Amino acid sequence: MEKLLEVKNMHVSFDTYGGEVKAVRGVNFDLNKGETLAIVGESGSGKSVTTKALMQLIPQPPGRIKEGEILFEGRDLAKMSEKQMQKIRGKEISMIFQDPMTSLNPTMKVGNQIMEGLIKHQKMNKTQARQRVVELLELVGIPDAENRMKQYPHQFSGGMRQRVVVAIALACNPKLLIADEPTTALDVTIQAQILELMKDIQKKTDSATIFITHDLGVVANVADRVAVMYAGKIVEVGTVDDIFYNPKHPYTWGLLGSMPSLDSDDEELFAIPGSPPDLLNPPKGDAFAARNEYAMKIDLEQEPPMFKVSDTHYAATWLLHENAPDVDPPAAVKKRMEGMAKTSDNSKGERV
Amino acid sequence: MDNHKPSKDLFVPVDTTNDESDKITRPSLSFWQDSFIRLRKNVGAMIGLFVLIILTVMAIFGPYMNEYGEYDQDLSRSKMPPKVEGLGWLGMDGMLTDVQSADTLERAQEKALMRFNNQDEFIETEVLNDGSNGEKAEVQATYDVYAAKGMEENFWFGTDGLGRDQWTRTWIGTRVSLYIAFLAAAIDMLIGVTYGGISAYYGGRVDNYMQRFIEILVGIPNLVLVILMILILEPGILSITIALAIAGWISMARIVRGQILKLKNQEFVLASRTLGAKDNRILQKHLIPNVLGLIIINTMFSIPSAIFFEAFLSFIGLGLPTPMASLGTLINAGFQSLQIYPHILLFPAIIISLIMIAFNVLADGLRDAFDPKMRE
Amino acid sequence: MTRYIFQRLIYMVITMFLIATLTFFLMKFLPGTPLSAADKLSEEQQAVVLEKYGLDDPVPVQYFNYMVGLAQGDLGISFQFDNREVTNIIMERIGPSMQLGIQAMVIGTIIGMLLGLVSAIYHNGPLDYTSTFLAVLGQSIPSFVFAGLLQYYIGVKFGWFPVALWEGWEYTVLPTVSLAIFPIAIAARFMRTEMLEVMGSDYIVTARAKGVNKFGVVFKHGLRNALIPLITVLGPLAVGLMTGTLVIENIFAVPGIGEQFVKAINMNDYPIIMGTTLLLAFMFIFIILIIDLLYGVIDPRIRLAEGE
Repeated sequence: MEKLLEVKNMHVSFDTYGGEVKAVRGVNFDLNKGETLAIVGESGSGKSVTTKALMQLIPQPPGRIKEGEILFEGRDLAKMSEKQMQKIRGKEISMIFQDPMTSLNPTMKVGNQIMEGLIKHQKMNKTQARQRVVELLELVGIPDAENRMKQYPHQFSGGMRQRVVVAIALACNPKLLIADEPTTALDVTIQAQILELMKDIQKKTDSATIFITHDLGVVANVADRVAVMYAGKIVEVGTVDDIFYNPKHPYTWGLLGSMPSLDSDDEELFAIPGSPPDLLNPPKGDAFAARNEYAMKIDLEQEPPMFKVSDTHYAATWLLHENAPDVDPPAAVKKRMEGMAKTSDNSKGERV
Repeated sequence: MDNHKPSKDLFVPVDTTNDESDKITRPSLSFWQDSFIRLRKNVGAMIGLFVLIILTVMAIFGPYMNEYGEYDQDLSRSKMPPKVEGLGWLGMDGMLTDVQSADTLERAQEKALMRFNNQDEFIETEVLNDGSNGEKAEVQATYDVYAAKGMEENFWFGTDGLGRDQWTRTWIGTRVSLYIAFLAAAIDMLIGVTYGGISAYYGGRVDNYMQRFIEILVGIPNLVLVILMILILEPGILSITIALAIAGWISMARIVRGQILKLKNQEFVLASRTLGAKDNRILQKHLIPNVLGLIIINTMFSIPSAIFFEAFLSFIGLGLPTPMASLGTLINAGFQSLQIYPHILLFPAIIISLIMIAFNVLADGLRDAFDPKMRE
Repeated sequence: MTRYIFQRLIYMVITMFLIATLTFFLMKFLPGTPLSAADKLSEEQQAVVLEKYGLDDPVPVQYFNYMVGLAQGDLGISFQFDNREVTNIIMERIGPSMQLGIQAMVIGTIIGMLLGLVSAIYHNGPLDYTSTFLAVLGQSIPSFVFAGLLQYYIGVKFGWFPVALWEGWEYTVLPTVSLAIFPIAIAARFMRTEMLEVMGSDYIVTARAKGVNKFGVVFKHGLRNALIPLITVLGPLAVGLMTGTLVIENIFAVPGIGEQFVKAINMNDYPIIMGTTLLLAFMFIFIILIIDLLYGVIDPRIRLAEGE
C-alpha cells in the first residue's frame, strides 16, 4: 500500500512562563492511502497537538515543532512556509474540530463558509461554488440545502453544525481528513449519527482519516489501525484487532478496562490510578511507570523502546523485554479479551 | 545507547502503590495571594502606585514647603516664570525668552527689547538670523525676570496672573483631585455595592423596583444630571460631592447586581448549599470574594473619570468658585495667558495628567491581576 | 424589527418627557429671573417682562405651556442674547458642534481601530507596546490639556494651524484632533482586546484550516466579530465627545452649542441652559437607539432574534 503520511520523531513544545512544556515527545507513525488511523489517549496526552502540528495550526508562539519530519506524499510539511501551508490546508489536508458550537464563524453565512475553500483552492466562480455547496450539504445529510446555506450557524442545531463542519472539511476532496474528537461535544444520539456519517463518507470518498478520540468504543467502529498515546508519546500501535484483543501495554489495558460494556453484568471496571505526568518536567524513564502496577525498576530509569509484537503491532513497554517476568493483564481487561481466539501466541516481542 | 543491554536485575517489580502522581507540586496560593503576586510583577502598575504615593505626599506637605499661602496675592510679582536653583537646564531658570522677527536686524533688536519693556540691563539678546540671506531677521531676547524685579526668593512653579504661588496652588489643587478620587471610590463602594447587592440578593419585587429606578437615572446623561445639580446648589466642593454621589454609583450597582445574580445560580454555590451552608456563609465565602475583585477593578476605573469630571466642571466654571484652587481652575486660568506664559498652564496640566495616567495604569494592572481569565 | 423600533421610540419619548419635567421643575428652584439683569424696573415694567416670558402664570400653567411648546420644538425665549428664541440660537450654533463631533468620532474610531488592529496582529511586539502606551496616554490625559499642548505648540510655536475661531476647514483641525484623542485611545484599547480574543477562537482555527491566508483571517473572519463588541463603546464615546465639545469649543472659540452653553451658565440664562440640556439628553438617547439598531445590522444573531 502506498504511504500517504509519515511522521518521524516529531517533537512539539510550548514555551510558557513556567518553562518549556514538551507536549509531543518524539512521535512516529504512518498512514496509508484510504486508511483510517485512530489516535486514542487521555486529555493532555498530546493527540490534538500532534494533529494540529501536522497542519501547522498550533499557535506559534508559544508552540513550535522542535524537531522531526512530517512527510506528506514525500514533502516535509514541518519545513514548509506559512504560504505553502495555506495551499495544502483545506485542499489536501483538512480538519474537523471538536466543538461545532464554536468552530463556525457566527457572523458568516454557512454557505459562504463552505464556499471559501472552494473558491480559494479550486478556483471556482460563485455559481459553481454554490452548486458544489448544495451537493456537499446533501452529502452530509442537511435537507433543504438551497435555503440552509443562506442561514447563519446559530440557526443550526449542534449536530447540524457538525455536519456543516464536515462539509467544510470535505469541500475540496482532501487526501487526508483529520477529525479531532468530532463527536465529543455532541449528545449521544447525535454522536451516533455523526459517526455513521463519517463512515458513510469514508466509503464514498477515498480520503485517509486520522480520527482522534478518547472513546475506545468509537475506535472499534471506524478505525483500521489504532495508536495509543500517553504523555506525548505513542505507547502502542496496531490494528484494531491487535489493540482490542491482544493489547500489550499496561496503559492500553487500563484504557480497555475502564471502558464499560453492556455484554456482561458482573462487570468490574478497571481504573487507572493517578493522573498524567506534568509535561513541564516529564519523569525519568517510562512516563507511565508511576501509575503502572506492573512497573519494574527499569521503568523508573530508562525509557522503553518500541518492541515489535507482530508486523502490524508495536508497543513501548519493558514488559515485552525477554528478561521481563510474565504478567497477565488485570482480570477485568482479560475478560474483554476472552472469547477471541485470535490472541497471538507470541507474547514476547522483538525490539525494533 | 546504554539501554541496549539493560541489566537483568532491573526487571523486578516495584511498588507503585504510594502513588505520587496525584501530588500537586506547585504551592497552593489563595486568590488574593495569587493576585497580589501578579500585581507586584506588573511594572507599569507599580510605577503608577509609586507616582500616586509621591503625589499624595506632595499634596499633603507641598503647600507647607514654602512660605507663600494659597491666596497670597501680590501684583508686583505676577506671572513670574518658574525658578529652581540647579534646575535651570530644565527651563526652570526664571528667564522669559521670546523670538521677534522683522525686516531689518535693528528693527528686530528693537522689538525684542521692547517685548520686555526695554529693561536693557536684564535682557540678553541673541541674533538667530541677521536677515542677510533675504529672510526676515530674527532676534531672541532672554529676560531675567527675577533680577529685574529684584526678587530674592524663588517661585518653583512660577506665579499666576495675581502673583499667587503656583507651587502652593498646584498642590492644593492636587488635594482636591485626590479628595475626589477618595470620594468616588467611597461612593462606588458604599452606594453602588449596597444598592446592587440588595437588589440582587432580595430579588423579586424589590429588585424590579430598584432596577426601574436605575433605568430612569441611566436614561438621563450624567453630565446633564450633574450640571442641573450644580446649578441648583452653589458651585463648590459640596455640590460636586453631591453631584458625584447622585450619578457616580450607577454602573457599579449594575455590575454588582449582574455578577451576584450570575454567581447565585452557579453550581459551586448550589453545591455549597446542598452541603448545608447557611446564607451567611455563602455570602461570605462565595459571593463576596468572587465579586470583590470586580468591585476593586471597577472602583479603580471610576476614580480617573471622577477626577476628570471635577477638573472638567471647574474648567467650565461649574466646579470650585474662583479664588479656590483646583487643577481644573488652574488650567483654565493658564489658558488665558497661554501664548506668553505657558508655565501657568504647564504644571497643573502635568500633575493632572500624571494622576490620571497613574490611576489608569494601576487600574489596568489590578484588572490583569484579578481577572481569572488571565491566569496561567 | 419594526415593532422593536417602535417600542424603543415610545421609551425614548417617555424618557424625554421625564427629563423635560425634571429640568423644568429644577429650574423653578433656581435663583434669578430675567429681571436680575435689570433690577431697577418699576412694578409695571417688571410685570410686562414677566408676562413676556410667561412667568406671571401659576407654575402648573407654565409647565403646561412649556411642554406644549416643547412638543412643537419651541424651547422658549432667551433671557439674554437679545431675547432671541432658544431654538433659533441652537439651530444657528449646532452646525460647528456637529461638524466637530462627527469629525472627531469618525477620525477617532477609524484611527483607533487601526491602531488596535495593528496591536493585535503584532501582539507583544514593539508596535503593540508603542500603541498600547500611546493609548494609555490618550485615555488618561484630559482633552483640555491636550488642547492646550496643541494650541501652544502647533498653533503658537509652529503656526501650522490657526489657534482659534471658525473660518474654514483649517480652523477645525486642532479642535477635532483634541477631541479625537480620547476616542482613538478607547477604540484602540478595546479593538486590541476584542481582536486578540477573537483571534484565539475556534472558528479562526477553522478558517486557517481551510487555507485562508492571514489577510482573510484577520479581515474577513476576525474584524467583523471584533467590531460587534466595539459598538458598545461607541455610545459612551459619543457622550464623551458631547462633554468634550463643551470645553474644546471654549478653548478654540468655536461658535458652537458648547461655547454658548458655558456662556449661558455664567449669565444664568435658564432657557438656554434648559434647551441645551434637553438637546444633550435627546442626542444621548438617540445615539443609544442608533447603536442598538446598528448592533442588529452587524450581528446576525441579534437581527434574527428580533425578527422572530
